[in-house]
Amino acid sequence: MSDHHIVPLKIYFLIFAALLIGTVITVAIAFVDLGFLNTPVALIIALVKASLVILYFMHVKYSHKLVGLFAFAGFFWLIIMLAMTMQDYYTRGWQEPLPIPFLTQ
Amino acid sequence: MWAFIVQEILFFGGLFCGYTVYRNLYIDAFTAGSHQLDIFWGGLNTAVLIGSSLTMALAVRCAQKGERNSIVGWLIATIVLGFAFLGVKYIEYSHKWHDNLVPGSSFAWNDPAYLNVAGGQVKIFFSFYFVMTGMHALHMIIGVGIMLWLIAKVRRNQINEHYFTPVEISGLYWHFVDIVWIFLFPLLYLIGRHH
Repeated sequence: MSDHHIVPLKIYFLIFAALLIGTVITVAIAFVDLGFLNTPVALIIALVKASLVILYFMHVKYSHKLVGLFAFAGFFWLIIMLAMTMQDYYTRGWQEPLPIPFLTQ
Repeated sequence: MWAFIVQEILFFGGLFCGYTVYRNLYIDAFTAGSHQLDIFWGGLNTAVLIGSSLTMALAVRCAQKGERNSIVGWLIATIVLGFAFLGVKYIEYSHKWHDNLVPGSSFAWNDPAYLNVAGGQVKIFFSFYFVMTGMHALHMIIGVGIMLWLIAKVRRNQINEHYFTPVEISGLYWHFVDIVWIFLFPLLYLIGRHH
């Protein structure tokens, strides 16, 4: 964290511009009918924008690998939470409830 | 600081998880609710927040170089942009209040284009909208407080090129709040806009 790497100003302004362009693309593409792909595309753009913020504004690119691992772990656990929750909700009602004798007697 | 941010990811993650479940259950109501939000204000706020992330990054950069006056300047710029964001949020919230879209006893759903959608389901969308943007706004208010504290610290000569950790980790916090909004904006404002 304190390796004193000073990022050139140019990079900060380039990332700022990229984030603004990403926002414009997000809004523009929301009005195009992509079928079921609208939300995934919006999320991918948001992920790219978030990655730019994490890597450059938050200096993860210039920090120790452990910092990057922490950042990755946070999002990885988030994905586990979302995946576990949704696999539950999506599979409910796929099957008749199994007969459990002590509940039906 | 990263340990704190990781738990913040999961804190907001819980809200995003609930959002995902109900959005899949009531997709029509979420589309209808999303159409009540103003993309202009939401988009403007996205740009304002990205700008405030830039000024915060520049404040950290000046801290690394020990340029005290510039740190204060960029922090003030960040605070101003933070207040601009909150001001826009106030405008949006008061519009929703006047349109009876705040969940509660005065909630009324009568958009002629979406009368087939159950009002109770739209109420759930707006509950998520107010809780998620409200928690986000609370984080920003705390962030502004942290920056005022940082300015006082710089003024007292407690920050220099050898010790700038408070500025650096406050920057991490502010950028994290920016990232939350990067996801909130498309997920709340831009559902089913192509219909």
